[in-house]
Amino acid sequence: MRLCLENLDVAVNGHAILRSVNLTVRKGEIHSILGVNGTGKSSLAYTIMGLEGYRVTSGRILFEGEDITSLPVWERARRGITLAWQEPARFEGLTVRQYLALSRRSAANGLPPEEALLRVGLEPRRYLDRTVDQSLSGGERKRVELASVLAMMPKLVILDEPDSGIDALSIGFITDAIRTFARFGASVLLITHQEEVASVADRSSTMCNGTILKTGDPAEVARFFRLHCRACDHVNEPDEEVSPNA
Amino acid sequence: MPDTASVLPKVVDFSREFELLVKAYEQSGGVPEALRDNRVGSLAVHGNRVLGANAVEGLHLHTEQTPTGVRVEVRVEPGVRIARPVHLCFGLLPEEGIQEIHSVFDIGEGAEVSFIAHCTFPNALRVQHVMDASITVRRAAKMVYQETHYHGEQSGTLVMPKTRAVVEAGAVLQNEFKLVKGTVGKLDLDFEAQVAEKGVCEVAAKVYGKKRDEIVVRESLRLTGAGARGLAKSRIAVTDAARSEVLGEIVGEGPYSRGHVDCVEVIRGNEAFASAVPRLIVRHDTAKLTHEAAIGSVDKKQVETLMARGLTEEEAADVIVSGMLR
Ligand SMILES: Nc1ncnc2c1ncn2[C@@H]1O[C@H](COP(=O)(O)OP(=O)(O)OP(=O)(O)O)[C@@H](O)[C@H]1O
Ligand SMILES: [Mg+2]
Repeated sequence: MRLCLENLDVAVNGHAILRSVNLTVRKGEIHSILGVNGTGKSSLAYTIMGLEGYRVTSGRILFEGEDITSLPVWERARRGITLAWQEPARFEGLTVRQYLALSRRSAANGLPPEEALLRVGLEPRRYLDRTVDQSLSGGERKRVELASVLAMMPKLVILDEPDSGIDALSIGFITDAIRTFARFGASVLLITHQEEVASVADRSSTMCNGTILKTGDPAEVARFFRLHCRACDHVNEPDEEVSPNA
Repeated sequence: MPDTASVLPKVVDFSREFELLVKAYEQSGGVPEALRDNRVGSLAVHGNRVLGANAVEGLHLHTEQTPTGVRVEVRVEPGVRIARPVHLCFGLLPEEGIQEIHSVFDIGEGAEVSFIAHCTFPNALRVQHVMDASITVRRAAKMVYQETHYHGEQSGTLVMPKTRAVVEAGAVLQNEFKLVKGTVGKLDLDFEAQVAEKGVCEVAAKVYGKKRDEIVVRESLRLTGAGARGLAKSRIAVTDAARSEVLGEIVGEGPYSRGHVDCVEVIRGNEAFASAVPRLIVRHDTAKLTHEAAIGSVDKKQVETLMARGLTEEEAADVIVSGMLR
């Protein structure tokens, strides 16, 4: 098993955000996560990546059988995990070329920058020397982010809404890129609200109020989501306070 | 103006001094070929000696030696577009000494020129460098001035660049000061510009302070004309026990004048100190001024993004800071 979350409880600022999360992702599997706004999808992504402030209060994270629950972000990355943010950061003075090269540095089989850009539908000649700052449009920045993950080609890719801000005509580039990861043997944890994108998944889970409600065949999970979650008036509020030292 | 040769002691070997200066110039990022190419306007000054000056068509250079430096007059004829950037090299190689550069830039109506200046004091233990520049960019002219400094590794330089600029109607002045390699020593940068109708002035300072460096940057723009625009930008990083103080000031007097102060100061380690004071004054009800200042540690999301690609926290911070200072 590539990734295994065991009874994971996570707190942010003393608020319980994730509760008893159990999830497995297999080698080469595309696993989509569905859930209405505020259910904890991004929090789950950040927790697996090990970002500051996402405190695992109980349970553990296993990656390729090893407990990585207390490893820093960069060590998780060097073992083969990366994350593409829902709203990627901007960098002054850093070119797309340099950004992709950095991603490729600790990667054995990442794609060359030109190829990574082509796969997300960006012309390398036009983009390699652009700066990854405010001058890129929202959609361009998201695509560069996906390209940087292709340039790294890690073992586990966490994509937080890779399709948001992408125009309808270009969604195909995103789904193709996701399939490329799988072809390279990478596993993908894919957070998305769009069924077209979720349709590339091998398995799917739906989240509600900080926990996983159901995991299984994507069509079945999507049906469950439509039937129960869309109609549900469950409020996604952070759970009761947990003590900071819990 | 005194004949340069007559005031110099006979022992000075110009060619050797020139070669040494050029070497230091190259180490600080300068392009040596530019100083030797007669198609490129250039000026090389070591201490108070002018070692090379090359004017090109439409560009006039006039120099005069003083006991502690030089006076320089740079004039571009109206309507002339100087195709290649003019290279300026100022430096002082000994460990101690003073260099005072008093310069007057007069960019004629509709002319266009850019300058790439390097100031190098690679061995400085006790060097003082005073720059006093007066710039006039006449109607619809454009001047780009980029100055890069290298002060060696021993924090032994006191540098006081002072600029007073007048940007006439429809003219553009872009001024950048950069000191990001080696140490700073003490820097007291003082830039003031007055911008007329539809003129544009963009000033930027990029400085990396280390050890016990002290940095003071003052950028002040007065937008006097209608539709005048100004940007006062600063990017400062301080580490060790370095200190920085930034004052970004814009006065909007002209109708529909627009100004922005953009200051980012990154502090690394617990001993460094950074402060920023943006000051905006509006004197016309259609003028609009804005400011943004971010002072503190390197942005967390940027760091985590690079860490998610396998860089350590320290490596990530280095990449972010050097990008910011580029
Ligand atoms: N720092 C924080 N402090 C308090 N609550 C937080 C914090 N960060 C997230 N939350 C809460 O945790 C819940 C989960 O947020 P998260 O961003 O993970 O949701 P999401 O499923 O990704 O939503 P979306 O679909 O809108 O992206 C939300 O209710 C959010 O308000
Ligand atoms: Mg989210």
